[in-house]
Amino acid sequence: MAEKTAIVSPLPGIFYRRPSPDMPEFVQTGESVKEGDVIGLIEVMKNFYEIKAEADGIVDQFVVNNEELVDAGQELVTLIK
Amino acid sequence: MIKVLKPGLQTTVQDRGRIGYYEIGMPPSGAMDKYAYTVANLLVGNDPEAAVLEITYLGPVLEFGKRMKISLTGGEIPPKINGQPVPMWTTLEVREGDQLSFDFVKGGARVYLAVEGGIAVPLVMGSRSTYTLIGIGGFEGRALAEGDVIHTADMIRKSVAAGTSVEASLIPTYGKTHEIRVVVGLCSYRLTEESKETFLATEWTVTPEANRTGYRHRGERLQFVEREQPFGAGSNPSNVTDLGYPIGSIQVPDGVEPIVLLHDAVTGGGYATIATVISTDLDRMAQIKTNEKVRFVSVTMAEALDARKDVQAKLGRVAQMIESGS
Repeated sequence: MAEKTAIVSPLPGIFYRRPSPDMPEFVQTGESVKEGDVIGLIEVMKNFYEIKAEADGIVDQFVVNNEELVDAGQELVTLIK
Repeated sequence: MIKVLKPGLQTTVQDRGRIGYYEIGMPPSGAMDKYAYTVANLLVGNDPEAAVLEITYLGPVLEFGKRMKISLTGGEIPPKINGQPVPMWTTLEVREGDQLSFDFVKGGARVYLAVEGGIAVPLVMGSRSTYTLIGIGGFEGRALAEGDVIHTADMIRKSVAAGTSVEASLIPTYGKTHEIRVVVGLCSYRLTEESKETFLATEWTVTPEANRTGYRHRGERLQFVEREQPFGAGSNPSNVTDLGYPIGSIQVPDGVEPIVLLHDAVTGGGYATIATVISTDLDRMAQIKTNEKVRFVSVTMAEALDARKDVQAKLGRVAQMIESGS
């Protein structure tokens, strides 16, 4: 049974799946990520904060869409270990 | 000595502010939540003007290079020492090698970390506060970065015993909806009567553009009274001839998205300021996060001054409790 873990946003702000508007998305559903890989950005107070995978896994689902507003503690992405 | 292992989102050195230069365009900067700032210094026995660290949204990881007293006040970003939760609003003692870290923010937005003696950085125009927009004051004029080493000063007044804490009734609590008191004016005459009501009746949402400079709010569009713009005023109906902006003043460029100007903001300009947040509620603004709700409540100047007296009385009680060693 695969174990699911969620990556939560430590900050309120806008979630971005790309490093900049003309660049490809950091990761896609189904791709594997390693601990420390950037999976998205949160913009708040004119800062961009990198959201990183806390463990190795496979991207299961993006719970939040690109450019959606999120709260601190909200789930962004689920991973399958 | 304190080593910055991780800086957090925006951790800056702040004190009471760079007071006395507003007319030349220099905003005061300084701690956004003065209540929490004042109590933090009291809990470690510091001079009331000592510099502290202001931590926003996401806490840093810090390592202490010697034994010292510290205190943490303000919003609820739960602190831990060597991985163990420690209380806020309490005098704590750390030892050489201890690491301070934080959980995710639970309530409020900003925490103040006072260290015994205060943070040692040079005075710039009478203050140790960081003004990041022009890169002066604080630690090299910027937010802390990984690998920085900061030193403590000797701005100490008395020794406070570890374990001294502030009673619950003197600790502010923060929800996700906020009532912020304002005195209507200086240029509220520019709004239509209907829009004055809309301004006070709307539940505004704080946008991601909310920082030490100002907080921008989304909600309803406001309308200004039609007129021929006077000499010196811009062409938009939200423009007036330039004036000094009070700290906490609210402007509504083009009638959309009211902005509350805070401690790092421009000191004057040509937007109609429709209301001003009262000084005590600037402390509460400092603890509001992006996405939270704000309603502006109109009060009189007398009520604003009473609110200020109440807060000063509370701070007096905190000082007394710490003095008596409870």
